[in-house]
Amino acid sequence: MNRSFEIPKNPHKPYKNIFILVVFLAMFIWSLTGISYNGTLETAGRTMKNILGAFLKPDLAYAQNLTIDGLGYAILETLAIAISGTFISALLSLPFALLASQNLVGKKLGRLGKLIITIIRVFPELILAIIFVKVVGPGAMAGVLALGVHSIGMIGKLFYEGMEAMDMGPAEALDASGAKPSQKLFHAILPTVMTEMMSYTLYRFEINTRAASTLGVVGAGGIGTPLIFAISSRDWNRVSAIVLALIVMVVIVDYISGSIRKRLQ
Amino acid sequence: MSTAKYTLPEKPSNLKTWLSVLLFIVIIFASGVFTKFSLTEVVKNMKNGNEILVQMFWPPNWKYLSRVFQPMLETIQMSFVGSIFGSFLAVPVAILASRNIVKNIAVGGSVRFILGLFRTIPALVFAAILVSVFGFGTFGGMISLVLFTFGLVAKLLFEAIEGIDEGPVEALQSSGASMLSILRYAVLPQVLPQFFSYLLYSFEINIRSAAILGFVGAGGIGDYIDRNLAFFRYANVGTIVLLTFVVVFIIDMISTKMREHLV
Repeated sequence: MNRSFEIPKNPHKPYKNIFILVVFLAMFIWSLTGISYNGTLETAGRTMKNILGAFLKPDLAYAQNLTIDGLGYAILETLAIAISGTFISALLSLPFALLASQNLVGKKLGRLGKLIITIIRVFPELILAIIFVKVVGPGAMAGVLALGVHSIGMIGKLFYEGMEAMDMGPAEALDASGAKPSQKLFHAILPTVMTEMMSYTLYRFEINTRAASTLGVVGAGGIGTPLIFAISSRDWNRVSAIVLALIVMVVIVDYISGSIRKRLQ
Repeated sequence: MSTAKYTLPEKPSNLKTWLSVLLFIVIIFASGVFTKFSLTEVVKNMKNGNEILVQMFWPPNWKYLSRVFQPMLETIQMSFVGSIFGSFLAVPVAILASRNIVKNIAVGGSVRFILGLFRTIPALVFAAILVSVFGFGTFGGMISLVLFTFGLVAKLLFEAIEGIDEGPVEALQSSGASMLSILRYAVLPQVLPQFFSYLLYSFEINIRSAAILGFVGAGGIGDYIDRNLAFFRYANVGTIVLLTFVVVFIIDMISTKMREHLV
């Protein structure tokens, strides 16, 4: 008998990959045409030397200034913006996430909720900051609002993913015994997802600490304002003090937040 | 009959939990006071804010759209090139930082520390400094995105490398393969999908930060936002905000779809 054996087809579609690669390359080449390289400035060498030299000599007078114009105040304000913004966002995210969880509110409503969260996520926080600076005036509050609204996009998403994956047992048990929706929320849903939500919120706080340090560029408070002033006046010693402080702040925040998250798990 | 006395096991002390909760509340409250956050202030300003929102979006200046189309494309180009260069630069460094590839703790530790620095310094700060070296334009902005992407992707990638299945690596080692072959045939195939996923993810982040780089003169759409804000041309700002929204939305959608296919 003449049986022919066939080699099973390769499940990967090579054409598809090649197609994606070609599109990728074409886009890359097109993108390169948009980058205008005009060489370095005449002063570049000197500027670089100044910058590198300045990083060895940070502006200590500024760092030791404990008044409202000093480094310490700006750093604390940045942290305060990140904390307040994250807190507000976590509070606001809860109703949005509940609305987006298909296992709790049904398919149609869940889709709508997800769409709202996606739309919020798309707005860059600095664009939101620009709008809020115009709405409530320049200052830390605009930054808090910008982070508070923007973070709903991500915290809300992580919250509803957590809720959709949660154990429905307790909620169903309460349903079966005729509990009110509010009782179900506080005695079944929230206790089940609480730890996870706190962990996500802390994670977002780490991101927001970094984000809060640039909000000042558009006038929304924090360390960004003195930073951009120092850069535009070429005061590299002050830039160096601010950047070093920023690094220390982020490292400490990451460490504390990370160790709390580890304990939560 | 003896009456057996059953006692419940003692409840674990809640003191620590309550103290932590209290500490959290104090910190959050203090932050609110520090930023002078007040709801009444927000509500009071709503009217003023409403006016500006109307000026921005009701209606936006549609005619302005053709003017900002080119800088928007520039922003996309800048972030795409930045993401690609940054991601590929990250590969060798990520390998150096992976504890399962490079056993030397000193090397891995110092590389990780430097990567941490790159992720800490915002792209905007890099851009502001680079503009004073390369002058105004997209080049400085692109380089600043390269640096940020490099820090981000290298970190994600070394974590992925450390999470690979060690089986193929050991199989190649026991047959006497060179380090390069091990990387090529055991490590690379396992992390390649993740790598492309991280590349796309960094592109999503970069397009958002690139939109603002123009504020410090690093090219793209941000310059136009800055100028229109300075002259209170809110309808133009509204147009740019809407265009940015559409572009980021489309890129997010395509990128998310592609990432789902990859991993």
